[in-house]
Amino acid sequence: MIKSYLNHISYYLPKKVLTNKELSEEFPDWSIEKIATKIGIDERHIAAEDEFSSDMGVQAAEKLFEESEINKSEVDFLLFCTQSPDYFLPTTACTIQDRLNLRKNIGALDFNLGCSGFIYGLSIAKGLIAAGIASNVLLICAETYSKFLNRGDKGNRTIFGDAASACMISNKKAVNGAEILQFQLGTDGKGAENLIVKEGAMRNPKKVNSNTEDDYGNVHSGRDLYMNGPEIFNFTSKNIPDLIQNTLVKNNLSKTEISHYVFHQANKYMLNHLRKKIEIPEDKFHVRMNFCGNTVSSTIQIALKELKQEGVIKKDEQVLIAGFGVGYSWGATVLQF
Amino acid sequence: MEEFIEHFAEQFDETERSEFSASTEFKELDEWDSMLALTIIAMVDEEYDKTINGDDIKAAKTIEDLYKIVENK
Repeated sequence: MIKSYLNHISYYLPKKVLTNKELSEEFPDWSIEKIATKIGIDERHIAAEDEFSSDMGVQAAEKLFEESEINKSEVDFLLFCTQSPDYFLPTTACTIQDRLNLRKNIGALDFNLGCSGFIYGLSIAKGLIAAGIASNVLLICAETYSKFLNRGDKGNRTIFGDAASACMISNKKAVNGAEILQFQLGTDGKGAENLIVKEGAMRNPKKVNSNTEDDYGNVHSGRDLYMNGPEIFNFTSKNIPDLIQNTLVKNNLSKTEISHYVFHQANKYMLNHLRKKIEIPEDKFHVRMNFCGNTVSSTIQIALKELKQEGVIKKDEQVLIAGFGVGYSWGATVLQF
Repeated sequence: MEEFIEHFAEQFDETERSEFSASTEFKELDEWDSMLALTIIAMVDEEYDKTINGDDIKAAKTIEDLYKIVENK
């Protein structure tokens, strides 16, 4: 089988920053400092009113071409992951092909996943490469959850930040690249209701602007993002330990052979709960989200990029990455650096 | 029950330990918020290996109510 390598990662954060101080001014009764410390987020970046996933994705890809040796003419497939596309149609990836001035004899498609999106993107890219359909897959993940959030939803406004990331998956290894090993994937659509934007698409096209307040004073309407925090927490507690175990089995590796664990950076509190449950030593388990919050499908790439730059992840090390969330959808794989 | 109250109280940073008893109506505490609801769910998972959800917390008025819900899981 033709091998696949994750070769470069770049990411883009929008200019506007939302600090804990600003949130506490807006919600004086919200003990933001205490909560922010627990969830490990100091600030998040918010897309401008006229800035969308496509724009951020283009920025991330341009950065990738700048920061790496990659020539954009090498790209022969474009994958774009978002849940906040510009339009129902056309496909955002098609418009990005044009904006990035990529070749025309390439494939391009969108896929709609959230916090598991990067893992699934890698799995699709690996499949395209293994089948000989493509040699250099540009995977862009971009999300603007801020545009789905009600202003009065202090909980989710504290957690989520906007970001885009771009990476190149190729059939040849670059200097700092990592081979993409075996995947374990999972889906349970029963959890759909627990993380959802109900209105605005076909099933509930009419936006009914009726704000409701939950038990904790978070406001949202049907057109806003709704997250049932406790249910999502329980979903991860229940499924992610098995996901990690099964990923290790698939890769014929033991827990101790993995040098680093980089999970979807949902929030520090939940990650730490998972870490303890799976019994991963603290020094092997990484959280890098204080400067950007939960950026949905870009969290793993951002953390990987930071860890590489800090010199934490070194050559010949194996890194287990796992994504999980909206859907429910989850997946994991191992990167061999 | 005493142990449960102890674990429950440990999740709070600002509320005095003396304020917690079986009959404490925990959602009336000033410090109570959505984050604490999550930490209680996590505590029950860690200490008792049982899963409670948002509705269980909603249904419980006192710490004892929640204790009984956990016991019956």
